[in-house]
Amino acid sequence: MKKLVSTAFASFALLCLSTAALAAQPIKIGALFAVTGPASFLGEPERNTAQMVVDEINKAGGVKGRKLELITYDTGGDATKAVQLANKLVKNDQVVAIIGPSTTGDSMAIIPVVEKAQIPLISCAAGSKITEPVKKWVFKTAQNDGLAVAKIYEQLKKEKKTRVAILTVSDGFGSSGREQLKAQAAHYGIQILSDDTYGPKDTDMTAQLAKIRGSQAQALICWGTNPGPAVIARNAKQLGLSIPVYMSHGVSSKKFIELAGDAAEGIRLPSGKVLVADLLPKNDKQRASLLAFIKDYQNHFKAEGDHFGGHAWDAVMLLKGAIERGGDTPAGIRNALEATRNFPGIGGVFSYSAKDHAGLTKDAFTLVEVRKKDWVLVK
Amino acid sequence: MELLNQVTQFVISGLATGSIYALIGLSFAIIFNSTGIINFAQGEFVMLGGVLTIFSLNVLHLPLLAAILVAVAVTTVIGLVFERLAIRPLKNATPLMLIIITIGASILIRGLVMLLWGKDTQALPAFSGTDPISVAGATLLPQHLWIFGVTVLVIIGCRLFFNHTISGKAMRACSFNRRAANLVGISVGRMVLFSFVISAAVGALAGVIIAPLTMTAYDVGVMLGLKGFCAAIMGGMGSGLGTVLGGLILGTLESLGAGLISSGYKDAIAFFILLLILFIRPQGLFKKGETERV
Repeated sequence: MKKLVSTAFASFALLCLSTAALAAQPIKIGALFAVTGPASFLGEPERNTAQMVVDEINKAGGVKGRKLELITYDTGGDATKAVQLANKLVKNDQVVAIIGPSTTGDSMAIIPVVEKAQIPLISCAAGSKITEPVKKWVFKTAQNDGLAVAKIYEQLKKEKKTRVAILTVSDGFGSSGREQLKAQAAHYGIQILSDDTYGPKDTDMTAQLAKIRGSQAQALICWGTNPGPAVIARNAKQLGLSIPVYMSHGVSSKKFIELAGDAAEGIRLPSGKVLVADLLPKNDKQRASLLAFIKDYQNHFKAEGDHFGGHAWDAVMLLKGAIERGGDTPAGIRNALEATRNFPGIGGVFSYSAKDHAGLTKDAFTLVEVRKKDWVLVK
Repeated sequence: MELLNQVTQFVISGLATGSIYALIGLSFAIIFNSTGIINFAQGEFVMLGGVLTIFSLNVLHLPLLAAILVAVAVTTVIGLVFERLAIRPLKNATPLMLIIITIGASILIRGLVMLLWGKDTQALPAFSGTDPISVAGATLLPQHLWIFGVTVLVIIGCRLFFNHTISGKAMRACSFNRRAANLVGISVGRMVLFSFVISAAVGALAGVIIAPLTMTAYDVGVMLGLKGFCAAIMGGMGSGLGTVLGGLILGTLESLGAGLISSGYKDAIAFFILLLILFIRPQGLFKKGETERV
C-alpha cells in the first residue's frame, strides 16, 4: 500500500513537472508606478488596473497561448529610484517591455535606460516632452497637456472670450500647463491678462483671486491637482467671482466635486471620456472599451475607474496588441507598437506613427461641466 | 477704489490664514516653554485633529460636536503616549536629541495615518454654512469667524492658565530653570507631560477648525507645522500675544505678497522676513532681550 502511494506521488510529481516544462515561459513585462508618495493618486489606480488587465488576459488564455507576467515596482515618484528600478527590470528581470512610470519626471529619468537597453517603454505620464522629439523606444498613453489646453481655448474662442487669467500650481504639472497655456494663446487669439501661481500645499488662494477679480479677464483657467483647485473653487465662491472657471484634467474625478462641494457647480474642465462614458453617443469608438474598463474596475476594486487607471489599461492593451502582431522580442514589439492605428482605448483613439509616439488628438478630451454634483457634456 | 478693495481683501484673507498659523504657533510655544524643546510633531497633531474628526463623522457616524470631542481627546491621548514612550524614557537627553526624536515621531505618525486612512484629501463640512460675509468690501466665510473666535479663546485660556494657576506657573518655572524648579518641589516630569497634553489638544483643535476651510490629508501637517513654527519664532516662542501677532503678521505678509508683488514668491517673501527677524531680533519681535542670570 505504502509503495503504491509513493509511486502515485512520484508519477503525479513527474506529471506536474512535465506539464510545467511543456507550457511556454511567460512573457515578462515590467511596470513602474508611483504607488506611494505625492503622485500616488496616479500610481495606485495605474498599478491596480495594470494587474487587473494582465490577470484577465491570462485568464482568457494569455497572448498567443503564452501567459503575461507583470513585474511591478513602486518608484515613490522619485526619479533616482525610478532609474534604479528600471535598471533592475532590464538586467535582473529581463523584461521585454516596460509600462509606466506615472510621472513625467520619472519617465524622463528612465528614458536613457530603456534607450540603451533597446526596450520599448509606454509611459503613463502626460508631459509632452516625453515623446517630443520622438524617441525610437518611447511611447506614451496619457494625453498631452497641450491637447487639454487646446480643448479649453477652442471653447473660449467659440464663446468669443479673448481675455483670460491663469492660475497654475507651482509643481511639474502646473508649470507644464502654464507653458502650454502661454504657448497656444496666440494661436487662438487669446490674451493672458494675469499669470499667477500657488503652492501645492497652499490653503488659501483668495489673494490671487481678488487680484483676478479686479482684472478685465473673461475667464479663469486654473491648472492643478487636488486639493488646490478645490480650495480655489471655494475661494472663488467666497469672493463672488463671476467669470467662468475652467480647471484642468488633473481634477477630473468625483473627488474634486466632493472636496469643492457646492463651489464646484458650473466649473468646466477637459476630461478623458471615461468620466462621461455613459453619456457618450452610441457610435463613439471608445464606448465599448470605456464601459468594459469601468465595469471591470468596479468589480475588482469597488471603486470608480478613473482616467489615470485608464492610462495603464491603454498601455497593457497596446502592448498586448503589439505582442500579438510583432512577437515577443523588444524590437518586434516596438515596430508593432509604432504601426498601431485606430486603437480605441480609454484615453482616446490611438494612432502611433514614426513621427508621433503620443498617438492622440484633442478629440481625446471632452469638455464637461459640473452640474448638480455630476458631470454633463458641454455642447 | 478697486485697489483699496483688493488690499482690504488681502489683509482680511491674510488675517484669517494668520490666525491659523497663530494657533499652531501657540501649541509650539507651550511645549517649548515648559521643556525647552521644539516639537516638530506638532503639525501632525494638527493633522490628527482634522483626520480623526472626519473619521468619527463619516465612519463612526457621530454628530459633529461629538466627533470633534473624540478627535481632540484621541489626539491628546496620542500626545500623552508620545511623551511617555519617546520623551520620558530618555534621561539626560540634550534638547537636540529630543528635537530629532520629535521629527522621527512626526514621520511615524504621518506614515501610520497614511496606511490607516489612505492618501486622499478629505473635506469636513463647514460648521455654519458657506455663505460669504462681506466686511468693508472684502468677503470672508463663517468658518473664518470660528477660527478667529477659537484663537481668541485659546489665547485667553493660555494666559489664565500660565499666569494664574499653580500648574501653569510651575510649568513656566520648569522652562526657566529645570533644576531649580525641581529643588522647590515641582515634579518636572509631570509638567513636561502636561505640556504635551495641552499642546496636543490645542494642535488638534486647530486642525479641527481649519479642516472645513483647508481640507485635510495625511501630509497637511508638514507645511502648517512649518508656518506655525515661523509664527512662534516671530513671537519669540512666548505663549502669549507675541506668537499670535507673529502668526497674523506672517499670514498678512503672505497674502499681500501674493496679491501685490507675485504669487510665485509668496512663501519666499514670508520666509525672507522670518530670516530677517532671526538676524535682527533673534529674541522675537515683541520680547525684550533676556539676560542670563548666573
